Order: sequence, then C-alpha cells, then structure tokens
Amino acid sequence: MTDPKAVIALTVNGEPVEVAFAPHKTLLEVLREDLGLTGTKHGCELGECGTCAVLVDGKPVLSCLVLGLTCAGRQVRTVEGMVRDGQLHPLQAAFADLGAAQCGYCTPGFLLTAEALLATDPAPTRERIKEALAGNLCRCTGYLKIYEAVELAAARMRGEDAEPAPETLYGN
Amino acid sequence: MATDGRSGGQAVERSSAGEATAGPPVRPPAVIGKALRKVDAVAKVTGRTRFADDLSLPRMLYCRLLRSPHPHAEIARVDVSRALVADGVRAVITGRDLPIPFGILPVSQDEHALCPDRVRFVGDPVAAVAATSEEAATAALDLVAVDYRVLPAIASPAEAVATPEPRIHDYGDDGNLHKLIDLEFGTVDEGFAQADAVREDLFFFGGNTHLPMEQHAALAEWSPDGKLTIWSSTQTPHYLHRALAKVLELPPARIRVVATPNGGGFGGKSDPFNHEIVVAKLAMMTGRPVKITLTREEVFYCHRGRHPTLMWVRTGVKRDGAITAMHFKSLLDGGGYGSYGVASTYYTGALQTVTYQVPRYRFQGARAFTNKPPCGPKRGHGTPQPRFALEVQIDKLAEQLGLDPAEMRLRHLQPPNGVTANWLRIGSMGLGPCIERVVAGSDWKSRFRQLPEGRGLGLACSSYISGAGLPIYWNNMPHSGVQLKCDRGGGVTVFCGSTEIGQGSDSVLAYIVAEVLGLDPFDVTVVTADTDLTPVDLGSYSSRVTLMTGNAALQAAERAREVITAAVARKLQLPTPRIVFAAGRVFDTQAPDAGMSFAEAVQLAEAAGGTVGTVGSYTPPRSPGRYRGAGVGPSPAYSYSACVAEVTVDPATGIVAVPKVWIAHDIGRSINAAAVMGQVEGSIYMGLGEALMEEMVHRDHERRLVHKWPSLLEYKSPTTLEMCDVVTYLVEDPDPNGPFGAKEVGQGPLLPVMPAVANAVYDAVGVRVDEVPITPEKVLRALKRKAKGEDPRVGPAGFPDIRWPEPTRVPTPWEGGDGKALGQTTKSETTTAKVRPERQH
Ligand code: FES
Ligand code: FES
Repeated sequence: MTDPKAVIALTVNGEPVEVAFAPHKTLLEVLREDLGLTGTKHGCELGECGTCAVLVDGKPVLSCLVLGLTCAGRQVRTVEGMVRDGQLHPLQAAFADLGAAQCGYCTPGFLLTAEALLATDPAPTRERIKEALAGNLCRCTGYLKIYEAVELAAARMRGEDAEPAPETLYGN
Repeated sequence: MATDGRSGGQAVERSSAGEATAGPPVRPPAVIGKALRKVDAVAKVTGRTRFADDLSLPRMLYCRLLRSPHPHAEIARVDVSRALVADGVRAVITGRDLPIPFGILPVSQDEHALCPDRVRFVGDPVAAVAATSEEAATAALDLVAVDYRVLPAIASPAEAVATPEPRIHDYGDDGNLHKLIDLEFGTVDEGFAQADAVREDLFFFGGNTHLPMEQHAALAEWSPDGKLTIWSSTQTPHYLHRALAKVLELPPARIRVVATPNGGGFGGKSDPFNHEIVVAKLAMMTGRPVKITLTREEVFYCHRGRHPTLMWVRTGVKRDGAITAMHFKSLLDGGGYGSYGVASTYYTGALQTVTYQVPRYRFQGARAFTNKPPCGPKRGHGTPQPRFALEVQIDKLAEQLGLDPAEMRLRHLQPPNGVTANWLRIGSMGLGPCIERVVAGSDWKSRFRQLPEGRGLGLACSSYISGAGLPIYWNNMPHSGVQLKCDRGGGVTVFCGSTEIGQGSDSVLAYIVAEVLGLDPFDVTVVTADTDLTPVDLGSYSSRVTLMTGNAALQAAERAREVITAAVARKLQLPTPRIVFAAGRVFDTQAPDAGMSFAEAVQLAEAAGGTVGTVGSYTPPRSPGRYRGAGVGPSPAYSYSACVAEVTVDPATGIVAVPKVWIAHDIGRSINAAAVMGQVEGSIYMGLGEALMEEMVHRDHERRLVHKWPSLLEYKSPTTLEMCDVVTYLVEDPDPNGPFGAKEVGQGPLLPVMPAVANAVYDAVGVRVDEVPITPEKVLRALKRKAKGEDPRVGPAGFPDIRWPEPTRVPTPWEGGDGKALGQTTKSETTTAKVRPERQH
C-alpha cells in the first residue's frame, strides 16, 4: 500500500530543502506533515476557504489544491518565513496591534495573500484589498480589522509613520 | 508603535474615565480599557499557535469514522472482520465497545460515541477505524459491513408533532417532542384586555451553523500507567473531562484534558463529541496516540447550530406603545439528539422581558426531535430567534400606532436594578444610550421612512447574558477558579481552566492580573484549559468568561497584592494603605522613590511567608426566581445593544445588500477596547450572514434528509465582498457584578442585526419577510404579492396544535410574588437548578 516516495528539491522560506513524500500529497500536506510547517492551516482541503494560502513564486496559491510534486524547483513562502531577524513583518505587527487575528486560524492565509497584494500594489484602496482577500474566509473578525491592518502595514511599509485611527480601537 | 513582539504595553491611548481599580489605593487604570495586543497575538500571526490538528506524536495512528447513510434506521448487524485485517489497520470499534451514553446536559444523556443499535441522522457514526495513515483508515471504512433496517424519518417539527410514534428517542415529554414548557407570569389575558391594540405574528428563523474555520480535531494518548491525555479543539474541557470519565469508566484523576486554542468555536465545540471519546478509546486499546481531524463535511454533521424555530407572538400595547402583555410560543427543530436543547428551548422564552417592560408574560416552548444533525448552542444560544420575532413585531406595532420605533422603545425601557416579570434581576442597563447613539449616528430621524424606494433603514435592539447563573450540572461549587503564582524574578503565572477560542480569554486574565499588580501584561504568563494544571472554569460558552474568570483572577490578584503589600509595608515601615503597585514597582504612594521593583517585593514576601501563591474563584449571585425553569435566563449582568442597518433592495432580483450598520453596545466597561471592537464587528458579520444567506438545508427527497450543502462553498457565508461597513459605539456604564464593571460582548451584538435588516427591508420596499434568512427569492415573492395587491408578506402561516402541559403560574414581583410558582412547596426551593429536578437519566 505504500507508494514509493517522491523526492523533490525546492526553496521554502528562502532555504533550499529536499523532501520525500508520497507522490499524491498536496503542497499543504507536504508542508504540514513532511516539513513540519504547521503554520499553514486548512479549513476544507477543497479549495473553498483560503485558509491554506501560501506563496509559490510570489503568487498566492491554495496549497490544498497544489500537488507537492509540482513545486520542484519553486520558491514557497509560508507564514513561518515572515519573521525576519526576530522581528515581525509589518503585516504581522499590524494584525497583532489591531486584533485582526482573533482565533488566528485564518490568519496565515490572510497574511500571505495580503503580502502578495502589497508586493504588486503598495498603496491599495479599500476596494482593492477586499477584492484581493475575497477568497479568504474569516469567521471571527468580520474582516474590518483585517482591512485596517493591511492599510496600516502598507503605510508603514511605504515609510509613513502611521498609527491606527482611534475609532478603530475604541469606537466612535 | 513598535513592531516587536513585546510591545504589549504600548498602544494608542485615549483618556479614560479614570475609574478606581478594585482596592486601595486609587490610581487610574494602566491596563484596563486600553487597546493592547492580545497576549497570544504574536503566536497567532507567526503561525506558532498549536491548534489540535497541528499536534502529532511518535507512532500516532489516524482515526476515521464510518457514518450512517440513513436518517433513521436500526442497526441490524455490523461486521468489521474485513476491515480489521486490512493494511495498516490497528483497531476497529463499534457501538458495542462504548455502550455508556453521554450528553452535555444531565437530562439528555442520549448520545453514544458510536451508535449501538440505532442511527438518528445522516452522519451519525457507527464504527471507527484506527490505522497507520489517514488513507488506510479511510480505505478500511469501506470494508465495514453494516446492515440497516430503515425506519420512517421525521423531517420537521410539524411532522414530529403529528407523528408521536415511532419515537426517535424513548424519552422526552410527549412522543417526538423532546421538551415542553408552559410558564405564565401574571395573567396575560388581563393584560390583553387592557390593551389598545393586540397583534399576533408568526415568524420563522432558519437553522444555521457555526462554521468555525478550524475543523474539529482531537488527539489522545494512553500511558500504560493508566493515564489518558486528550488534546482537543473543545470549548468545554471540563465537561469533556466528565464525559470521558463516564463513558470510559476511568477515574477523572487519570484523565487529562487539554483544550487547544480553538480555531473558532461560536458554540460549535461546546458539547463533548463522539469523535473525542472514540480516539480516547482507540488510544487505550492500541496503546498508541490516535488523532482524528474531521473533514469539513463531517463538521456539518457535528453541527449543534442554531435551532430552526417557528414562533408565534401575541403582544398587547397601549396607545403610547407600553406593552400590557406578551404571549410567546416557540417550536424548535432539535435534530436527532438532545445536546443543549432543553436549555435552548428555555432560552427562546427567557430574555423577552429584559429590554422593554413586559408586565405580564407567558411562554410556551417545545423542542422536537427530527432526523437531522443535532442543534445546540450557537452564538446567542436560543435568543436570536425570539429577538428577531420581538424586534420585527415592535417595528410593526410602532407603525400601527403611528410611533417612531426608536422613540417607542426608548419610552418603555426596562429600568436598571429591577426584577422582570419572569424574575430576572437586571443590574446596569445601558440600552437607552445605545439607541440614542445609533439614532444620532445613522441620522435616523431625517432618514427613516424618507429614503427613496429601494433604500431603507431598520432599527432593532437586544440583550444578552454575561454568563449563566447556574452550571450545566447541579453543583454548588464556583463556576470559575484561578490560581496565581508570583515568581522571584517578578513574573506572574495565572492558571485558569478557561478556553481561548479567539475571544481573548487568555488576555483578559493577564490584563486583570497586570492591572492589580501594576505589571506589564506581557510579564504575566497564562496557563489555561488543562485539567491537570488549571482549576476548573466551566468553559467558553454563554459569554461567561470575561465576567467569571475575570472576577476569579481579580480575587486571586488582590490576595497576592495583600500578601506582598504586608511584606513591603513592614520593610518600609509604612501603613499598608500607603503601598501602591504600578509600572512594575511597589512603592510608597506619598514618596514614590521609596520602594522597590515588583520582583524584590515578591522576594520579601517569599522570605516572610514562603511561596507567593493565591487562588480566586467566582460564583454568580443567586437569582430570585424559584420556579421550575427559573435556572435559564439569570445572569450576573446583561449586556445591551442597539443597531441600525441600512439596506438596498434590488426589485428586479430581490437581492438585499447591507452597505452599513451602526451598532452601539453597552459593554459595562471594556477590559481591552480593541478586543471589544473585534467582538462587535465579528458579531455584526455573523448576524449579517444569518440575516441574508446562512442556512442549513436538508433534501428530504424520499425521506433521505441529506444535508444539501455540507461544504464551505455551498453553505453561503459573507466574504469580504458582502461584509458591511460598521460604525461602533461602546457605551460604558460599569456593572457592579463585572470585573472593573465589564459585561459580555461576544454574543449580544449579533442579536439585533437580523431584525434590523428585516425592518430595513420593509422600510426600503414595503414588504415583510418574517423569516430568516431573507433570501432574494423570498423578497421577490413578497414583492410579487405586493404588486398583486396581496398582503406583502412572506413568512410562516400557522403554528401546529401542541398538547401543552398545565401552565406553571408564577406571580410577578409587582403582584407580590416570591419567585415561586403557585402551589409550589418550599422544598423545591432548593431544586430550581435548570437540570436538577429533571435528572432522570
Ligand atoms: S483548505 Fe485550501 S482552500 Fe480551504
Ligand atoms: S480570526 Fe478566526 S477565522 Fe479569522
């Protein structure tokens, strides 16, 4: 019953790795089960929720729909790769500051999808943010703190000295 | 703001009321009310939070469940012999291996980990396999042979009423009616006789589900020394602990339950579940760790979501809108098992009285068993359905009386510090200011009934409990306990059984302890939800955690402060009232330089009296209600919310869009303002989904009763594209029962959304959709009726005849009642717990 394992080489969070796994496995399973990177979550494993989003060559993909085998030679980025030199990525910091992560289960998928957005559009409008994140479901936040966190992080990444609006944190 | 992980002490600050913290000396709060990072925020944004499915252990086996394809059937035979010898399979079990029933309520011990002789809904588990891989376990399910004798299935409560036999369960109040309640407070007929107008309306609230993003998962490990450990995505580790002990016949001391952080709960992870017991049993049998992670489809079968509820409301009013009497009937579709259903049924009648004055009140509630996934507690537990009915009916009454619906509500508010007709004691009551804030913010007075056709505004209000007054099983112990340990290095660890489900319960503990001891909350370590390590907290349900664990933490921290204060006062030779704790120091309030670091203060206290550790606990105050059924509804404090929704309705498609919602919430006092905002916004979001799209639908073609949409794609929930703008107002009127005055926020703000949207749809296009969800198809149907000159309403047409029991008659406080029912003996005074007098199973 055990298929011979496939071995591929790829780059995960900037580091080259080799990994052996049953060839039918999805990238989600390879990351979580064979590379021990459980930061990437799943909510359906059917491409319906965005929880498993990671970046492959800089683009957001649903890792539950991607065969691990197809990632040979590619650059994969997961939430574990976002902290740099012990410091949170500005998106992570903004999510933490605003409470954009409640249960935190959808958060890795949102962070990476937002990171890909900001890479192409450093000053996205609210509408653009909504469109970019429309494939990610969150049941806790109502998305509003997530938009605000993306906007805050974008401003900080542009070098602005941005702070959250008081009504975001304290109400009107 | 700093971007490192330890910037918890920093936040955008706003001047706060400067309320006194508990105990002397008085200083403005340093932590309470601030918008700080949650203590687990960094773990969550870095992916380091370990959810249940993120755990694995060496030699771990994987479990899958074989589920029934029939909604109702007897199990004639189960043959596991082929599965047992399949590749990779290490164990296969059936109902015979786990014969002891369980259930969350003592009165509804009607579930089995695996069905022994009968299945009651499509998805009910029959057998379980543990194998070396998930694939092997899944493959082995096909090798389990089950012979079923199919039984007639009951699809709806109306059918359950009409079909008392055969029964889905061999217990319950009447045939297939699980629970029947009839309570009358005062004489409603007198009130109707005094009314200037009496309205009767029928409403239906469709069933919907929690849909947490995390699928339920559990991992169990058995040690040959006789000790079982289970890690599970549960909101109620204490109740799981009890269920495991019962079913597995193990001493509780040999079972350790660890609730992993839940990836969303909303009530859907509050029951002890069959899969949790199954992996525990398989771990005991195989001696190896066993994990199960439910598929998304299986999460829909676990369900325990909102009960579909049919409601009939008769309300009498004076010309000025004063309610003279209300008679409320509800019929709940319970699905295949009891779950929390008895409590849910009571809750559909409990909180009608806490917002506006209702001098006479009758409630008749029934819960039916049907052959569908069991319903239970979802955010708002049993109260969103009646709240929808009540708030829409008030909108209709206001129009009938020619009153502004906001004004009508404001005139007849339940006063603070009062007792309601059904004997609920109200403390602080901030609904008035809430209504005023949303009315002003939405420009209600110049826009309601004045917007162009197709656009509308609707208003609705609500209230919710800050924890239930009684525990789920009868006992007189505290509902929440905290242990606190102060370290020589100045760190403090708080141990509490509470479960973090994303609502911020871990943070609340840290903030409260930090406030009292003058520390940065990030110097406080929080250990929670582990039955080996932490004192019992009953669980993350009924919006109880901030108030109850908060009070327990407050007590433990104050006791620690006393111990340390005594040592420091001796050392500084000062009277104890002069000692203050702030900014990580303990010092003389009159000479701040005279003092020491918190760590040094702990060392002094430790040298003087040994290890510095304290405990705190919380028991809710006793409620004045003494009648049978009085156990559901009492709470230490009630939150209040008011909401205005703006909608647009497309007459061509019937599509309702909600561009904006104004919500004001009476929080008592924010412990963390940003976290409160997050709960409010998340509630609006979930309410919007319930208002417009979320619905559990079962195909009943040939009585199959298969869930139509057990998928995240087809069960429609709001995405970023549907979510509305939200303007939030926090009304702070500290409640004496809350820690620092705090009340709940996790559930209450959801409640007014559905009726506000329904009322706004009427304002927009003049049709009444007296049903949730308000789908385009229903709106179109109502618009067609309107165009034809018919009653422009879509909604239920009747309420089935039910054989109600004799009503329990309870005199109201203003009739000189004593909280007891007429004819009730003093003896039953001690048996008012919602479950105790009914504990027959
Ligand atoms: S787990 Fe991949 S989209 Fe849901
Ligand atoms: S934070 Fe819980 S699902 Fe998004």
